Order: sequence, then C-alpha cells, then structure tokens
Amino acid sequence: MKTIYFNKFYKSFNILSGILIIASLVFLVFKGLNFGVDFKGGTLIELRTDKSSANITKIRDSFNQMNLGDVSVKNFGNETDFVVKFEKQNSNDPQFIEEIKTKLSSSIGSVDFRRVENVGPKVSAELLRSGVIAVALSLAAMLLYIWIRFEWQFSLGAILALFHDVIITLGVFSVFSLEINLSIVAAVLTIVGYSMNDTVVIFDRVRENLRKYSDVKIFELTNISINETLSRTIITSVTTLLALLSIFIFGGEILKGFSLAMILGVIFGTYSSIYIANPVLVSLKVSQRTIVKEEKE
Amino acid sequence: MLYFSKLRVFSVLIFTLIISYFTISNFTKIDDDYFSKNIKLGLDLQGGSYLLLEIDNEPVITQRLQSKVLEFKKFFKDKDIKVRNFVIEDKSIIFDVENSKIEDVKSLLDDDKSEINPYFQQYKSHQFNFENMNTSFKLEFSDYGLVLLKNSSLDQAIEIVRRRVDEVGTNEPNILKRGNDRILVELPGLDDPGRIKSLLGKTANLTFQFISSSSEESFGTEKLSFEDGSSEAIVSKRIVLSGDNLMDAKPTMNNQTNETVVSFSLDRVGAKKFGKATSNGVGKRLAIVLDGKIISAPEVREPIIGGNGQISGNFTFQSATDLALLLRSGALPAPLNIIEERTVGPDLGKDSINAGIMSLIIGFVLVVAFMFYKYRFFGLIANLALISNLFLLVGILTLFEATLTLPGIAGIILTVGMAVDANVLIFERIKEELKNENNSIVAFDSGYTKSRTTILDANITTLIAAVILFFMGSGPIKGFSVTLGVGILTTLFSVYFIARLITAYYVIKNKHKEKLI
Repeated sequence: MKTIYFNKFYKSFNILSGILIIASLVFLVFKGLNFGVDFKGGTLIELRTDKSSANITKIRDSFNQMNLGDVSVKNFGNETDFVVKFEKQNSNDPQFIEEIKTKLSSSIGSVDFRRVENVGPKVSAELLRSGVIAVALSLAAMLLYIWIRFEWQFSLGAILALFHDVIITLGVFSVFSLEINLSIVAAVLTIVGYSMNDTVVIFDRVRENLRKYSDVKIFELTNISINETLSRTIITSVTTLLALLSIFIFGGEILKGFSLAMILGVIFGTYSSIYIANPVLVSLKVSQRTIVKEEKE
Repeated sequence: MLYFSKLRVFSVLIFTLIISYFTISNFTKIDDDYFSKNIKLGLDLQGGSYLLLEIDNEPVITQRLQSKVLEFKKFFKDKDIKVRNFVIEDKSIIFDVENSKIEDVKSLLDDDKSEINPYFQQYKSHQFNFENMNTSFKLEFSDYGLVLLKNSSLDQAIEIVRRRVDEVGTNEPNILKRGNDRILVELPGLDDPGRIKSLLGKTANLTFQFISSSSEESFGTEKLSFEDGSSEAIVSKRIVLSGDNLMDAKPTMNNQTNETVVSFSLDRVGAKKFGKATSNGVGKRLAIVLDGKIISAPEVREPIIGGNGQISGNFTFQSATDLALLLRSGALPAPLNIIEERTVGPDLGKDSINAGIMSLIIGFVLVVAFMFYKYRFFGLIANLALISNLFLLVGILTLFEATLTLPGIAGIILTVGMAVDANVLIFERIKEELKNENNSIVAFDSGYTKSRTTILDANITTLIAAVILFFMGSGPIKGFSVTLGVGILTTLFSVYFIARLITAYYVIKNKHKEKLI
C-alpha cells in the first residue's frame, strides 16, 4: 500500500484541534450543557396524540396554562409524538400526572402518555455527581492502566487524546444544545474506552518499531506505525460506525442522543489517535532509548 | 498457536453449544422450568413503573426520643436519682440532675454495660452521645445509633410497602433497600402508577378519638380538620384505639343506608378497649382519624362490644377498597416521599424492542457484508466468530438472568461493531507476516502471537469503562455496561477459540496455496 504522510500535517491538525478545544471550552463555560431531567430535576412526558390534533404550539399553550414552570415541547420521531419537559416535579401527589392528562385531553383531544419521568432535586443532584465521578474515575483508570503498560510519554499522549475527544464531543453537545442525560454519560465512558483502544493499537506498533529500527527518527517512525496499522484503524472504525449508524437511524428516538455521542466520539477518537497521541511522542523526543532504558530498569 | 488438541476442540464446541442453547431457549417455549430460562426485560422494554421512595425519619426520631424520655424517667427513679426539666429540642434530650449525682449519671451513661445507653462493641459506639454542662445533660443519637434507628424503620417500612404492593396484585414486583433511607419499587407491566403511588404515599395511621365538648380535658385536645376539608372539630388527644389492634378490614355495603363502608374487626385487646370506651361514651361522637384528618365522626348510639365496626365516610367502592387495604397492611413507621419516578407504557416498550431488534439486524448485516467484502474467505471466518459471539453473549445473559434494557441492546449492537476488531488486528498482522515469510503456517502463527498483547490492551480499556459504568450507573445504563462487558469476554473467546480453530484447520489444509488471505 502507498504510504500516506500523516506526519506532514501534525502541526496544522494540532492547531485545528487546539482551536476546537478552546472553542468547546468557551461554549461549555459560557453556554453550558443542556441537562435533561436526569440531571436537572423536573418532569418529562412523552406523549402521543391523535393525528388530527397534533400541533406543537397548541400543546405548548395548554401546558403553559398549567403553571408548571419552564415548559419545553419538542417533536419526537414522528409527527404525532412529542416530548414535553417542565421544571415542576411533584411525584408525591399521585394525581399530579393524571390531572395534567385530563387538562391536556380537554384542550387537544385524546392523548396517550407513553413515558413519564419525574426526578426530584435531590436525586438529580446525586445522579449528576455520580455521572461526573464515573467519567473522572474512568479517565483515572485509563491513566493508571496505560501508565503500567507504557512509558510515561505514551501515557501523556493517550490521555491528552482522551481529553481531546471528551471535550470536543461535549462541545458539540453544547453548541447544538443537545440533551445530556444518563445515557450520554454511558456514551462518554464508552468513547473513553474506544479512544484508548485505538491509541493503544498504534502505540503498541510504535513501541515495536522503536525496538526494530534504531536509526529512524520518531517523526518518521510514528508515520510508519500509523501506516502499518491504518487498514485496521479504518476497518474497525467503519464496522463500529456501521453499527452505531444503524442504532442512530433505526434504534428509535430514545437512543438518538446516545448513538450520536458515540458516533462523534468514534470519529474524534480515531482522529486523535493519529493526530494528538503521536505528535505528543514526537514533541517529547521519544527514541529507542526511552523504551530500552525502561526495560533495563 | 495453531495447534489444538482434540479435547480442546471438543470442549470449545460443547461450551458454545450449551451457551447457545440458552439463547435459543428465549425464542422457544419449553415447559421444563429447569432448562428453560428467559432473559429478563428491563422496565424500559416491557413497560412498567420505577419508584424511588425516601423515608422521612424526622417523626421517627422524635417519637423515639419521646419514648426514651419515659425510659430515662423510670430508670433514674429506680436508681433514686432526681432528674427534672426534660426537654426534647433539636433532636436531643436535655435534662437536669441534682448536684450530688452528676458523676453517677455520667458513669451510668458512659458505662460499656450501660442499660440505658447501650454500647455496641463492634462499632465502638454508644446509642447516644452526651454532653454535660454543670447540672445539665444533653443527649443526642450517635452516628451508629442513628443508623440503627434508620435501618429498623426502613425494614418496617419495606415490609409494609411489600404488603401494600402485593395486595394490589401486580406481577413480580421488585422491592429493594437502597442505602439506609430509601426503597426502590419496580413494578413491571404497570401502566398507571397513580393508585400504587397514592397507597404508598399514605402513612395510614388510624386512630379513634372522641370529639371533645369542652377544650379542657386531662389529656388535652387538638383541632383536626375533616378529610373533605368541609369543617374542623376539636378532638381529645386520648387515643381510644389505634390501627395496631385491627385484625381485618374490607369494603362492604351497608344495607340500611346503601352506602359503601369499610367494616373492620379487632383483636381481643382491641375489642375489649373499644367495648369499654363505647360503653362509657354513648351519646358522644367518635372521630375516626387517618393521618391527622377526620374521615367521619359518627355518634355512638350503643356500646360496640363484639369487636366489629364500620367506618363510613362518603366512600366510592374504590376508595373503600383502598382504605381497607391500607388498614390491613398496617401503618408505615414514617411518611414516604416519592423522589424519583419513571414509567414506561407497554406500547413504547414494544416499540423500543422492535426498534432495538431492527437496528441489531441491520447493524449486523452491514458489518457482516463489510467484513466479507474486505476479507472474502477470512471474512466468513470472522463472521462465523461474530455469530457465535452473539449466541454466546445472549446465552450468558440468559443463563445469569441479566436484565436486558434498551441501552443494553445498544451495547449488543456496539459489540457487533467492535468485536471484529480483534480478528481484523490478527488478519492484518498475518498479511504483514506473509510478506516476509514463505511458510504460511509460521506466518499465521506469528500473526496470532504478535497481535495478542495489542488485542488484550485494546479490550481491557473497554472493559475498564464497562466495569466503572456497572458500579456507577443505574437501571437501563447498568444494562448497557453488562452487555458491553460480557460482550468483550465473549468476543475474546470467539476470536481465540472459534475463529482461530477454523483458521488453523483451513491454513493447515491449504498451506501451499498462494495468497491465503
């Protein structure tokens, strides 16, 4: 196969990644994330209407009249399905949901509540905390694993690639105000695993090549390693993306956010394994001595 | 790496077949309980309600302190120590002790064998911690004392919740402790949790108290409002009878008034108490109080001595049934608050299953087609490994009766996408090896050997993520971590035992062929 000179573009892509990370951080800090009821508390109702009466403004109006706090109504999948979210949660009152249903059907005709989620402020705060802990813990665990398996230069490269993927994925969610719920946390953790997986495969090859060629500079050596593992990188990304696209398109509305986060993560993860992890090795001047020294110790 | 003993081949085959059997048993009806296992569907797939209840322990703590005060009074009286000015304030008991006995009281409270302030050896803690200032003592629950109290009230509450849920008769409810003040209730197949919620939301403290004519009574009085909010009444604080003495309650029709009522029967102690009170109280009105609200207050026309009575109060048949149920199941030790609720209708559950299966099939077909296009014959081997991987994965989930959720299905699909990675790593490595090696058996062998650490590294990282998710995630997300984690293990098995077996067989047969892969 023809060699592709990935290393020619290390600098330009690093600048691009830098810009993307800064932009993501700016969005995350100033715009923030669109937390769903899992993390913000409140009530979510997924409802299905009779075909004739489906109308997003009408539904929003009748919900606004019920004093439920901030109400958001979105179309969900097909034109008769809607997701309504509002601040008020009153799971203690057994009639709460029933009353909403009665009021709603009197104004827009018969409705079916397909899903109701009601999360109190205490629980949502706990869920958010455990979500953050889970992500932090997984990053720490990856760091530990890679630190045991590789030299520190490699660990740094892999971890920077991880942060890159997680930050940019969350950045995209912030830019488009996509909802962050429990399943997004699961997606982020899986992205962490996948991105690490991808980086490790290339790093394993870099290390092997470092032993093999003593006279090749790390700048070329990373490129050789990327090329040698390239067809694997492509095939695995393609099959994973095929599976994820299938979930995204056919898996129903509930899995849309989850699969989208994963798709983004796989794309960024593949990119970062090449363009973040490897340049780190180059700038840290990794050479045969780096690994030989460690092995002698 | 390419050599397999006959025994190995045999055991791989048997293992795969047995596990696959459980996969298939999901789709067939076998009457034998022992061999027929089904994967459990999560609430998001079969529809149902998930309720998280938190017990409000404040009243229990106050109650316990009150009874502790009585204990203290009696205890010190027996010991001939004068104590006075008992106050319960800010979850602590405060009292004064006569000057000469301060040291005595201290040692009584601090003793490891203290009768009044039990010491728990294994936790190195008394039930109460105390402070002493001059003659004044202040006691409050120690951390462990509080845990003990919370645990016992939670245990009681769970029992009552279970009785109430069972009485409603939903199929296979799941009622679990969460921490030391929460109860998780899962109600599969329940479309509308309104009734259960209203049943669990009531403490169901039933008391019978006389309506007081004068506000000066020895026990004191309190003002309570009627259930329907129509009016208020002054009620004596003396409790004639409480729900504890109730043996049974059921909704019935009163023939004379054609009204739905709840009729109850009392145990022997209760019947005696009730008989005595009603004999003395003929002509008075007896209020029936539930959770601080008066249901009704009929006039006592004659003594009720048989231990049977009726509660009237504008009931519908449904509300009478519910009240009877509450009375039968007993009172909760403390109020329960519903702090999280998730309900999925059966329709949505079915739609989710269909969508999940649809995307699994499509994802699977796409991956299989792509692998065949890329590797031809070896693509088929990888695909065979993928199919057995799926069978093993679902089989193991079934065998351990894991709960399959919608994110869990996503985990299976993701496994399909990522599982081929290991075979791809191996095949690519073999291709490289074949460039410099003429002996194809050697090339295949070293292809497997050299890719092994990479494959392990790559899979361990994903496994770490899955394990963390398993411990941190809840409900549906846990389902995802289970399928993802088990999927990694079955992937490694199918790659190293099944795909390698077939590869080895093929390569040894065709070792002289050009361009093997």
